[in-house]
Amino acid sequence: MANIPENLRYSKDHEWVSVTDEIASIGITDYAQSSLGDVVYIDLPRVGDKFGTHEAFGSVESVKAVSEIFTPVAGEVVEVNDALNDTPEKVNSDPYGDAWFIKLKMENAGEADAMLSSEEYDEYLTSQG
Amino acid sequence: MRYIPNSPEEREEMLASIGLSNASDLFRSIPSDIQLGRQLKITEALAEPEVIAAMEEMAARNTAASKPSFLGAGVYSHYSPTVVDHLIQRSEFFTSYTPYQPEISQGTLQYIFEFQTLICQLTGMEVANASMYDGSTAMAEAYVMAQRVTRRNKIVVADSVHPEYREVAATYTQHGDAEIVTASFDEKTGRLADLSALDDKTAALVVQSPNFFGCVENLERLAAAAHAVGALFVVIVTEAISLGVLKSPGEFGADIVVGEGQSFGIPMGFGGPHVGLFATKEKYVRQMPGRLCGIAYDKDGNRGFVLTLSTREQHIRREKATSNICTNQGLIALAATIYMETMGKQGLQDVAVQNAQKAAYAAKAIAKLNGYEIAFTAPTFNEFVVRGPRPAAEVLEEVRVAHDIVGGLALSKYYPDRPNEFLVCVTETMKREQIDRLVDGLR
Repeated sequence: MANIPENLRYSKDHEWVSVTDEIASIGITDYAQSSLGDVVYIDLPRVGDKFGTHEAFGSVESVKAVSEIFTPVAGEVVEVNDALNDTPEKVNSDPYGDAWFIKLKMENAGEADAMLSSEEYDEYLTSQG
Repeated sequence: MRYIPNSPEEREEMLASIGLSNASDLFRSIPSDIQLGRQLKITEALAEPEVIAAMEEMAARNTAASKPSFLGAGVYSHYSPTVVDHLIQRSEFFTSYTPYQPEISQGTLQYIFEFQTLICQLTGMEVANASMYDGSTAMAEAYVMAQRVTRRNKIVVADSVHPEYREVAATYTQHGDAEIVTASFDEKTGRLADLSALDDKTAALVVQSPNFFGCVENLERLAAAAHAVGALFVVIVTEAISLGVLKSPGEFGADIVVGEGQSFGIPMGFGGPHVGLFATKEKYVRQMPGRLCGIAYDKDGNRGFVLTLSTREQHIRREKATSNICTNQGLIALAATIYMETMGKQGLQDVAVQNAQKAAYAAKAIAKLNGYEIAFTAPTFNEFVVRGPRPAAEVLEEVRVAHDIVGGLALSKYYPDRPNEFLVCVTETMKREQIDRLVDGLR
């Protein structure tokens, strides 16, 4: 059973978002990391890059495949988790903690409210089988 | 062995089964007014001895290949030990294509791994790929890779880089967003001089060393200039034998080293097939084009070879791939590997020293001739530019007719403002008597 913390918001592409003062931290969910398998590399954007909603901002490379990761909300990158360059395995061991990918300064405050709640994401995963 | 895979009886049977009586019925749907209505104008089939005689006659017309030739300029006449040709003709190597189900081909992966290792050692870099098509396309890929790494678009390339390389790279990148700026060389030294184009939008400074004029560039200074603006420093090597004596580009701070491996035992072959070299630093490995072979151990600890980082490649990553190359110049890379391993470190140094010494002997003798001088002051390896008293194309034609020597390459072909200059290349294959013949011819 996938771990789905209650305090986060979720996308159907399996990203999570946590918002503090219009800064959105973004990562991938426990379900996503377990589907991908061992993560070996993460390609991340740079501070200052701007993204609209649902744009590819990087990719996660596991031993099986390379998957793009999408912005669940629009904004400008204000921080990038460079530590993942050396420890990509954190995405597998701690997807909601140390393994956040980027922090975005949100273009539209409140955009994350429209995302899935933990219950809705759980239902979505169940409906996908 | 039959060269025609079906007999007249079989053809009749196939036609009958689709209700036709002869092969031309297959083309009935093409309107008769656009059909040719006659046989193609090609000669009748020849018997095997006749074919061989015809090919020999054609080959004999390639007189330049049989004369002493001082042509270089990107393709070099070096001696290739017979073991190279002998080994690559083993059918396991000769008939196989690049491995798409790679791990079953351990022998192929092993020689690719050895090739990569040798290229790293020679260039002073940390990682090399399994080879590119040739030096010029490798240079074009270096442009694109530098753009990916720096997220900048401007490429500053020295005009002392082989003109054909620059032309290929410009064609290759024409539909991308590269802004290619040419930087001029110093009239006195022959080295890249004008670095004013370097700025904070520059993705790469691209130089060749020894450059098209044979001059060894000051790589240390150029690396510092590129790095000062945050650009990558890309070094092109068209004469790979020079790596036998020159300090490696990696030691000078190159970020990408690309080149042509033809000098390593590959026939000149009228310009190909040759083999491109591509090496870089490990931190850029995910941005590097091409195949990459790695070493791995199975669960029992046995050593094996694998294709690694394939997730960058087109057959897996589709349009997000780092380049469109999904293969390598397998057989030619094998020949280069066998050459390097046959020569060994000492052998490669020895042949490089012979090149440098013979070229120095020729340059000294030519410089003593009335009206002739060596055009540039920078140190050279096995090529140098001669400035003569008259248009170089005329002089070289006279030498060819009167002395049966191809004396060099008139620079006017690529640099129309330099009519009296020509490029002379002297490799280990030239005998002293042949060099003296060239000097006499110029006299």
